[in-house]
Amino acid sequence: MDRILKSNNLTGWLLAAPLLLVLVVFLVIPVIVIVIVSFWQTTEFSIVPAFDLGNYEFLFGSAVTYDVFLNTFKYAFLTWAFTLGIGFTVAYFLAFHIRSQTMQIALALICTVPFWTSNIIRMISWIPFLGRNGLANSALLSMGVVDHPLDWLLFSDFAVILAFVHINTIFMVIPILNTMMRIDKSLIEAARDVGASGAQILWNIIIPLTKPGIMIGTIFVLTLVMGDFITVRFMSGSQSANVGRLISNDIGLLQYPSASATSVVLLLTVLVVVGGLMRVVDIRKEL
Amino acid sequence: MEPRPRSFYILAAFFGLYVLFLYGPTITIGILSFQGPSGGLTFPMNGVSLNWFHELFKQQAVGDIWGSFSRSLRLGLMVMVTTVVVSVMGGLAFRKRFAGSGALFYLAIAGLVIPSILVSLGVGLFFSQAGIPVHWATSGFGAQLTWTLPFGLLVMFAVFNRFNPAYEEAARDQGASPWQTVRHVVLPIILPSLLGVALFGFTLSYDEFARTLLTSGSKNTLPLEIYGMTTNVTTPVIFALGTLTTVFSFVIIGLFLLTAWVLNRRRSRHGSDAGKGMV
Repeated sequence: MDRILKSNNLTGWLLAAPLLLVLVVFLVIPVIVIVIVSFWQTTEFSIVPAFDLGNYEFLFGSAVTYDVFLNTFKYAFLTWAFTLGIGFTVAYFLAFHIRSQTMQIALALICTVPFWTSNIIRMISWIPFLGRNGLANSALLSMGVVDHPLDWLLFSDFAVILAFVHINTIFMVIPILNTMMRIDKSLIEAARDVGASGAQILWNIIIPLTKPGIMIGTIFVLTLVMGDFITVRFMSGSQSANVGRLISNDIGLLQYPSASATSVVLLLTVLVVVGGLMRVVDIRKEL
Repeated sequence: MEPRPRSFYILAAFFGLYVLFLYGPTITIGILSFQGPSGGLTFPMNGVSLNWFHELFKQQAVGDIWGSFSRSLRLGLMVMVTTVVVSVMGGLAFRKRFAGSGALFYLAIAGLVIPSILVSLGVGLFFSQAGIPVHWATSGFGAQLTWTLPFGLLVMFAVFNRFNPAYEEAARDQGASPWQTVRHVVLPIILPSLLGVALFGFTLSYDEFARTLLTSGSKNTLPLEIYGMTTNVTTPVIFALGTLTTVFSFVIIGLFLLTAWVLNRRRSRHGSDAGKGMV
């Protein structure tokens, strides 16, 4: 037994070695470097090693930081709510209303294909839609809903959320669909036989059994939105900020220690959120 | 078959709207990229022309689109091959519990959830402090792998969760070595899923922006190039480029799907008919 255990360990580690190597060199060490550099100082021309809490003091002493973190949570929460609502509905339709498996796969693929294309292009694609002279405004004008073009469609929080939802809903659809497909249909039939209404079935059977998928989708959506900087920058026309933009602005100014300190705080925030969610769901089992 | 309930039509309409929401903007810029030479970034169309596509193929004032495309393509292929090989090995490793496998799994999850800009910043700083110049094929390549490998690994988990170990046992019973079992039994069975991993690896790399931002060095990849254009190009030439790369992505996706379909058909044709006549 002991020898088998040992050989399991050996082959396991040999097979996992390349994975471990990449993660250590390009994830663990870089994160450690960020933590170290977050205590460094910035001079006019370079960054110098030090043990200085100044970056953190500045970060926590600035009112902007709190606003920006609040804004980040706002984006994350709103995007989460919309992607969950849309993603659940779409997955529900595919899992319980489409009868042939081929059709299910085809429709799921239709939802997935945009995920394999460029996010930046997909953001740019909103310009002719939402711009001052864009399709949305012309439609609203011609329908008489508004009498002058709306300025807040593009380059606003509205546009940011719209783009987040546009890009990230797929991260809800796929895990939720995956768990829904495993629900034993006879459970639903049994519920119906004893007189449960559609709403009761949804609330008491489907939603509880779909929770793992919802949790996995939630992890993806929250971390992607909280770590984003490009969508906010592009869709808000640089008018709104989130933590990612704070970091990328510092990077743009070569203020690496300050960017690192903000990164450390962001990282801890993300890890706390994910850690909380992972306690509720065993990702490995649910795939 | 029982008749469709009313909820079906409501949900079908919702699904239709969602698909329109997904594809509408892309289709819009597809149309607008054929804008006439005097047309702008929004409707109306000022005539129809290939002007903006011609602009793309001209000697560029705006940047090095074709160079960045070729780098993105090569990088995508590198990431694709690495992701497939390393994910399969990782997936095989995780089938048996080994000491530390739990920690390694959480490390992989960390790769998925750590904000992309941190990876970019961290790898950039690490390389600069270590005195190694950043380059898209070294630091950029590694930074992208921290995102594609965990993705590939999750797909492999999904695959092996559904894998019937009886096939391997049968192979072992007939005297196959572990390597033979993997080579002739496991790999052929999981081959279609590997296409999925490959597709993820390629497209995630080809479209990656944040992780390559600070790790690609002086030569841009295509998404970086496109992002640069958004700040200084105000003509439909950017739509033309967007349309071309989207078409390219569609072609790649189509190729993968076609291969998966062909594989499946060949498999069902060559497959054994054992048990088919029984029920």
